[in-house]
Amino acid sequence: MPSRSFLLKMLSLAIVFGAWEIAGRVPVSYAFPTFLESMRALALLAIDGTLFTAYAETLRPLALGVLISAILGIALGLWIGLSARFDWLFSPIFVVMQSAPLAALIPLLVMAYGIGLTSKVFVVCIMAMPVIVLNTASAVRNTPSSLTEMARSFLGSRLDVILKVIIPAASPVIFSGLRLGISAGFIGAILSELKITPTGVGDIITYSRSIADYASMYAAIFSIILLAVLFLNLLEKLELHLFRGNNRGYVTD
Amino acid sequence: MSQTRAAPRSTVPLAADIAVRTRDVSKHYGTVEALRNLSLDFPRGQLTSLLGPSGCGKTTLLKIIAGLIPATSGQIEVSGKTVTGPGPDRAFVFQDFALLPWASVLRNVAFGLELRGVARSEREAIAEKYIRDVGLAGFETSYPHQLSGGMRQRVGLARALSVNAEVLLMDEPFSAVDEQTRRKFQEDLLALVANENKTFIFVTHSIEEAVYVSDQIAILLPRPSRVSEVIRPTGIRDKGADNIRRDPEYLDIVDRIWASLRSYVE
Ligand SMILES: Nc1ncnc2c1ncn2[C@@H]1O[C@H](COP(=O)(O)OP(=O)(O)O)[C@@H](O)[C@H]1O
Ligand SMILES: [Mg+2]
Repeated sequence: MPSRSFLLKMLSLAIVFGAWEIAGRVPVSYAFPTFLESMRALALLAIDGTLFTAYAETLRPLALGVLISAILGIALGLWIGLSARFDWLFSPIFVVMQSAPLAALIPLLVMAYGIGLTSKVFVVCIMAMPVIVLNTASAVRNTPSSLTEMARSFLGSRLDVILKVIIPAASPVIFSGLRLGISAGFIGAILSELKITPTGVGDIITYSRSIADYASMYAAIFSIILLAVLFLNLLEKLELHLFRGNNRGYVTD
Repeated sequence: MSQTRAAPRSTVPLAADIAVRTRDVSKHYGTVEALRNLSLDFPRGQLTSLLGPSGCGKTTLLKIIAGLIPATSGQIEVSGKTVTGPGPDRAFVFQDFALLPWASVLRNVAFGLELRGVARSEREAIAEKYIRDVGLAGFETSYPHQLSGGMRQRVGLARALSVNAEVLLMDEPFSAVDEQTRRKFQEDLLALVANENKTFIFVTHSIEEAVYVSDQIAILLPRPSRVSEVIRPTGIRDKGADNIRRDPEYLDIVDRIWASLRSYVE
């Protein structure tokens, strides 16, 4: 039997799609297709293969950028969280990055790195990395000091304390940073395709808008959201699998 | 477990029988002077309580002995060796238990051994023994959040016992458990002191608890903290756990300590 939470998710999806369908039929705007029209367009894009060649293009900067952001971001976050000096040095950079207007930075990136893959990867990283770094750093700093003291009193080395206490204790917040960072990375990937050169999914969006094929445009947007949601769910599964005890809450009372 | 001590340890021990010795220990936290020239001897195989109002530096002294924080000046010796950091001769029981919430009872109890690099099968066998000893058999695969406060502290105690250190440092270990559990713990502690040949340093702010469990009580006064008095409730130690609280000497000592502490309580 499907679980209650699964049924609730399905219900909320049905409500959202139902509202979309109604808004499309009213219509809210001539440029707003119904849900069913968009799904038909999505099926067509999938059948003629356009969607898959587009994703082959889009996923490259996305995957690369997300991977770099995750590895570098967590490493930097750990470093910043563990050392007061690096906190002082690097934290402001990421706070600024997080609030920088990306659209204004893109021309600079293009000037420096051209219109190829490098610039797009940079955009994804600029979007994804700050929240990963800042979440990781604050999670590390908020490790309960009694746990690190406990590990030290039982002769844990600095590395033991980091690997066996600080990282597991910080992992829920690190993972939530990863989730936020990856969502932002998806936005960055599409943004870079809209602002730098129209390729991949960004190209479908730009092109179908230019020929007023709004159903295909929304189909492309829908597909990227779907992909993001699926990926984030996968990440959640991985987290539950890796740190089974962490959803059990802290024991301090 | 027997509830009476194997032998009454009523005499002041020889210098060689001092397990832990603090000499002129001072500690400043910035401008806060937590300890000043504190000197105290902890006899081997006995339980010494550090008793005093909260904020008087009991935890600070215990952490300095544990090697977790450095003293500003002064020296700590454990069996004649000067303390420079945490060591295998000391194990800590924490006031807030300090259990890993993501680890099972078994892994928590074995964690001290894990950090010492003991192989998994060996450390789990040792941990299982101490889990049985503290009365938690059957809870090996439970997680801390599934246990009551008293059970969590038993996990903390089992973890400290399993590394087989000579000196057990206990920071108000029973303050976060309910009164009934606390009394049971106090009786168990008496049995533990009698049966394990370990030196216990026990922090408490409860006068009754200190008199009930201690061979020696050091009364600390705030701040900067120093030892105002050392009391050895020798007469009541071999009375048996059930009779101590009715003993006139027990009541006398409780009164005497209260008389000397009451002026420090607002
Ligand atoms: N890390 C710290 N930084 C600054 N002051 C501290 C710190 N730890 C303890 N103190 C101060 O030192 C004094 C003694 O604290 P503590 O040893 O925890 O007392 P107790 O355990 O007897 O309640 C208190 O006044 C406390 O505020
Ligand atoms: Mg304290």
